[in-house]
Amino acid sequence: MLTKKQVEHVALLARLELSEEEKEKYASQLSAILEYAEALNKLDTENVPLTAHVLPLHNVFREDKVDGHLANEKALANAPAKEGNYFRVPKI
Amino acid sequence: MHLNGLTAHELHNRLRNKEVSSLEITEAVYKRIDEVEDKVRAFVSLTREKALARAREIDTRIAQGEEIGPLAGIPVVIKDNMCTENILTTCSSKMLHNFVPPYNATVVEKLNEAGAVLIGKANLDEFAMGSSTENSRFFQTHNPWDVERVPGGSSGGSAASVAADETIYSLGSDTGGSIRQPASFYGVVGFKPTYGTVSRYGLIAFASSLDQIGPFAKDVRDCAQIFGVIAGHDVKDSTSAEFDVPDYTRFLTGEVKGLKIGIPREYFVEGTDPEVEGLVRDAIKKFEEMGAVCEETSLPHTQYALPVYYLIAPAEASSNLARYDGVRYGYRDETAEDMVTMFMRTRSEGFGAEVKRRIMLGTYALSSGYYDAYYLKALKVRTLIKQDFDRAFEKFDVILSPTAPTPAFKFGEKADDPMQMYLSDIFTISVNLAGIPGISIPCGHVRGLPVGLQLMGKPFGEGTLFQAAYAFEQNTEHHKVKPNL
Repeated sequence: MLTKKQVEHVALLARLELSEEEKEKYASQLSAILEYAEALNKLDTENVPLTAHVLPLHNVFREDKVDGHLANEKALANAPAKEGNYFRVPKI
Repeated sequence: MHLNGLTAHELHNRLRNKEVSSLEITEAVYKRIDEVEDKVRAFVSLTREKALARAREIDTRIAQGEEIGPLAGIPVVIKDNMCTENILTTCSSKMLHNFVPPYNATVVEKLNEAGAVLIGKANLDEFAMGSSTENSRFFQTHNPWDVERVPGGSSGGSAASVAADETIYSLGSDTGGSIRQPASFYGVVGFKPTYGTVSRYGLIAFASSLDQIGPFAKDVRDCAQIFGVIAGHDVKDSTSAEFDVPDYTRFLTGEVKGLKIGIPREYFVEGTDPEVEGLVRDAIKKFEEMGAVCEETSLPHTQYALPVYYLIAPAEASSNLARYDGVRYGYRDETAEDMVTMFMRTRSEGFGAEVKRRIMLGTYALSSGYYDAYYLKALKVRTLIKQDFDRAFEKFDVILSPTAPTPAFKFGEKADDPMQMYLSDIFTISVNLAGIPGISIPCGHVRGLPVGLQLMGKPFGEGTLFQAAYAFEQNTEHHKVKPNL
């Protein structure tokens, strides 16, 4: 069972702010699902390669030359706040 | 039957013979939407003005003697997780409630080039996470067969619009069954192609190694034609496959003599509604009557598909959804005075509960100390699941199963228990993990509700898959039954 501290740590990594209720709810829901995942440990996968991707594709590159790009106005069009050609944000 | 109730291929013939115009078809579709949308609630947004303008434009081209392709002048609905330039694209999330993409997804570009008439964007479970469309942040889509039942998900709106004849066909996306399961609940054809055959450029990512775009259609012929238009390598999607796209309609022979169909015993277990299983067994007999050879097979690692999926998909999702931070687009919390607080409040307020749950699970599975035990382990078991299919396909051409263990359930019936909700994915998930194509076709009704039959094919084996699906469909009447709205 995940502790409250573990849930808080994960939440920070995920940049999520949780209420006390949510912390309790996630602690038990995450634990339940992860116990289900414990089932995988029954399998011997010592010599099994991993499949991150089903197609035999590796290092799909393109020529390093300038092609079309998104115009600045379009890139900024959805900005919640902007200043000139910048996205404006609260202080870091 | 009204124009909106016809298939794309029927409408294409009428357009070519100048019996009907694209404008008439488009108006018929909007008339139907005006009549039933209050009950169905499939759409996040409708693009009436643009659609009517497009329809007129296509009609002009036809009048000028231009040869038109199979989808020209025909209305289409697109799931609201695919970018449509200058048209609101929300993923049914508060996080993107005001997002207007500056570009089209490649599939949208392809449909535009083919002369399609985009009529609206369809509701979904938020960020495509869910199996009932109950997780949409905006509103609930209803099942036209029984408005107290879920439409399935996550492509609930896309499926509903086709079943209700509010459109001729639609596009959905499928990460763990999100096209096939709603197709089953609705009595329409729903198809998830081989991973890599349809570009994911412009599909707002959930799980990058699992997501695929596919069609909902009223019959297999339409499905094959739509796939032929949207399939193909895309230089903008580095996970897209290079392969030749044939004319898939030439596989629609109606013949399946000698076709070898595998029946995996792990898909015929307790938990499936006995009447659903009965219909699937009837389908097997039908295939045998048509000359196919059906034999039991085994996919021994099937039981591990759910834990594997619920580790890989949330892990990939936690990474893909890290970009939603309120900086460049979408929702932003305005109360924070520093960046990190802004990130945290934006994400906590912008995402719904199910999305947050999956981000938490994925973040945990990938975090230091747990990565090997959970995520890497899952990737290894994924190989075993894929190998099960590789072995089965040495002997069989197609594998058959139910699409879902039950017909559509009632609202709230499963929403409180995440495990039961996950179980409704159990027959579909392995297909995404292995990257193979899968199609759901109607095979009957249980207590008045549609039931889907799933056929799974070899990687890049869509031709054989369509062949089998088409033969079954043409020898039954299930696809012709429509809901009473």
